[in-house]
Amino acid sequence: MLGVGKSFYGVPVLSDVDIDVHPGEVHAVVGENGAGKSTLMKIASGVHQPDTGTLTIAGRPATLPDPRAAQAAGVGIIHQEFNLLPERTVAENVFLGREPTRRGLVDRRAMRARTAELLAAVGAEVVRPHDRVRDLGIAQQQVVEIVKALSLDARILIMDEPTAALADHEVELLYALVRRLQARGIGILYVSHRLAEVFDLSDRITVLKDGRRVTTVDTADATPEGLVRHMVGRELATYYPPKAAGAGPTVVSVAGGGNARLKPLDLELRAGEVLGVGGLQGSGRSALARALFGVEGFTTGRMTLDGKAVRPRSPRQAVRAGIAYVTEDRKGEGLTLSQSVLDNALLASRAATPRWFPDKARTTTVRELLAAVEVHAAGADQEVRYLSGGNQQKVVLARWLAMGPRVLLFDEPTRGIDVGAKAAIHELIRDLAEKGAAILMISSELPELLGMSDRIVVMRDGALAGELPGDASEEAVLSLATGTPHEVSA
Amino acid sequence: MTRTDAPTGPATLGQSRRGRWGAGSIWPVVAILLVLLVAVGIRQPDFYDPPALLAFLKRAAPLIVLAAGQYFVIVAGDFDLSVGSLVTAEVVIAARLIDGDPAATWPVIAVVLAFGLLVGLVNGLVTTLLLVPSFITTLGMYLILVGAVYTWTGGSPRGALSEEFRMFGRRGIEGVPWLGEIPYAVLILLVLGTLAILAMRADFGKVLLAVGDNPRAARLAGGRVAGVRTIAFVISGGCAAVAAILLGGFGGVSFQVGVGLEFTAITAVVLGGVVLGGGRGSVVGAMLGALTLQTLLTLLNLLGVAGALASAVQGLIILAAVAIGGLRART
Repeated sequence: MLGVGKSFYGVPVLSDVDIDVHPGEVHAVVGENGAGKSTLMKIASGVHQPDTGTLTIAGRPATLPDPRAAQAAGVGIIHQEFNLLPERTVAENVFLGREPTRRGLVDRRAMRARTAELLAAVGAEVVRPHDRVRDLGIAQQQVVEIVKALSLDARILIMDEPTAALADHEVELLYALVRRLQARGIGILYVSHRLAEVFDLSDRITVLKDGRRVTTVDTADATPEGLVRHMVGRELATYYPPKAAGAGPTVVSVAGGGNARLKPLDLELRAGEVLGVGGLQGSGRSALARALFGVEGFTTGRMTLDGKAVRPRSPRQAVRAGIAYVTEDRKGEGLTLSQSVLDNALLASRAATPRWFPDKARTTTVRELLAAVEVHAAGADQEVRYLSGGNQQKVVLARWLAMGPRVLLFDEPTRGIDVGAKAAIHELIRDLAEKGAAILMISSELPELLGMSDRIVVMRDGALAGELPGDASEEAVLSLATGTPHEVSA
Repeated sequence: MTRTDAPTGPATLGQSRRGRWGAGSIWPVVAILLVLLVAVGIRQPDFYDPPALLAFLKRAAPLIVLAAGQYFVIVAGDFDLSVGSLVTAEVVIAARLIDGDPAATWPVIAVVLAFGLLVGLVNGLVTTLLLVPSFITTLGMYLILVGAVYTWTGGSPRGALSEEFRMFGRRGIEGVPWLGEIPYAVLILLVLGTLAILAMRADFGKVLLAVGDNPRAARLAGGRVAGVRTIAFVISGGCAAVAAILLGGFGGVSFQVGVGLEFTAITAVVLGGVVLGGGRGSVVGAMLGALTLQTLLTLLNLLGVAGALASAVQGLIILAAVAIGGLRART
């Protein structure tokens, strides 16, 4: 692609970007949210048409009026959100809409055989053609998406944040798969926020910033610090704010708290402290946060908040008791996407403590909070759906700050958020702790967990597997999370 | 760790120019309404005399009230299909209970309002507590009301409404200079319309929009999702009761009073830019949608288009409005 440019409603989001992918190459595209990565991907996959510039595929100029034309031209795309039918089998999904037929009927046998071949080709025999997609894990569903693209003879594969939804041990499987695709001569355009995996996988890296290409470098010649500098235009001196000097009094204490998803556990959250919660996906981390927040509350044990017995049975009770919950599924259950930035930031105040007449003072406070957390939007009345992930998360934060909570539960607070906004959110979390809030933070990203937490608990199979100090090693967390013994090295 | 760039104060987020013509906006219906009003005026120049306009508003009042009620339900993501048969039931019940006795008027009005609210409450509780989709709940309620009223009256309406009952739909404050008569229906409409706008500006309205947009998010923010949705049904039931009182004044007592009104109301709401499925659109838009629909029916009548065709036009409107909304959302 040469000199590609694109404007929406007169706002240029991409200007004069050049990028190329060779067969068998992994070309990573990095940049903050809003840098133009998604637009570039959408142009390459035929969703959007470029206003300027040209596309060339295998030496020939190509126009891709729609995604189908892109498929025909050999461009496949793996979105962050999968397009699979959960109730259908793997084979049915792979061949959806172009099932092999015999005498006018779907030839299931051929379909399965072909799917099995493709699965074997990428080394994912674990997934079987007749499995129902609903029964597969996220990583396996991703394999199905990739196989689907391969079945269309994709020569170029675009992967948009492929690890965003994966647990750490699944990432390794994806790496192996990507390397196999590479070996088959497929060119891969790899979009990611996670610099570590960009360095592990890519041959070249292109940095986008504000819709322009800043640089393209060979990965061998690049350093993480250099990339971050290109992405944000400044050096990030420290990734994480300094930790707490010491913890204050206990704010929340749980004794023997359990429910259908959680084995009875004891837990304490202290004022001024960030308690990190590690563990694999499905280990009960989110269930713990949701129990504390009353979504699926504890059915056993005792819970106290500031010494008083509370056991929230609904989010409403939890919010009114001074607990806030930042969900990991921002779009699915965090935001009301068609409402404005301001309405979203006011939602908790309005929902938990409704008033009959518009409360001007409250609105003013929330406007100030939105400014204080540095939400960037066209206006407070802009629909929140048009904001980047980082800005959306800041809107959610402002919503809870307006409630002045005693306890904040963060579930993957920086998932899908660019480096700059990530640092800002880490600072906000630490700032809240310093002001005396008790914080629980769930994270799948080990550097974040270790960088932010004053104390870490690790969960496994719905139970607390153990507790570690904030300066524990990644290995210590992983061994508790997976239940494998680990040599303690000083 | 402190940030070097200090927060720039509340001025950071100003107002953006929001998509004025996008889904949920009232401007398209305002434009259509103006065009139709001009067309009616050309056809019938004395339409713009104040008394004639007020008489027109009086005729439109029941539909506008129904549309306002339906709006609350639709914006929360539900449907209320029971309002048409509720209107019929209310008129028939009122006629039988009053049976021509003026002294019974006020108690019966109380009964009519209470029954409307009760039907709404049942709709709401069945939908939110028993998790029956509102489409089915209110369809069931529609059939129950039709069947119950037929059974109760033995097949034909009995009794009669008192003149005092009918005055709300028929009469007004007379002898007002320039305006002539101000119909009670228009006054009731003004009061209810104002209340509806205030309710949507209050936290209740904002939470209702949030519930229609994303009920899970509304719940996790501490909202009473089931409660808010139930209240929307209660409002719709109450509005149907008011519409029944107004309609009882216009026409006679029959099983035909409310037939098809649920769809007319939904058409009006959709025409007003409210998105089916919830979360977008204003109550002002819904009420303007009802006014627009009434104007259209008036115009068709003036042009001599048969009543049967008016129904087809209504069908076209609902398809066109939803399709255009879908196209706008796509771009």
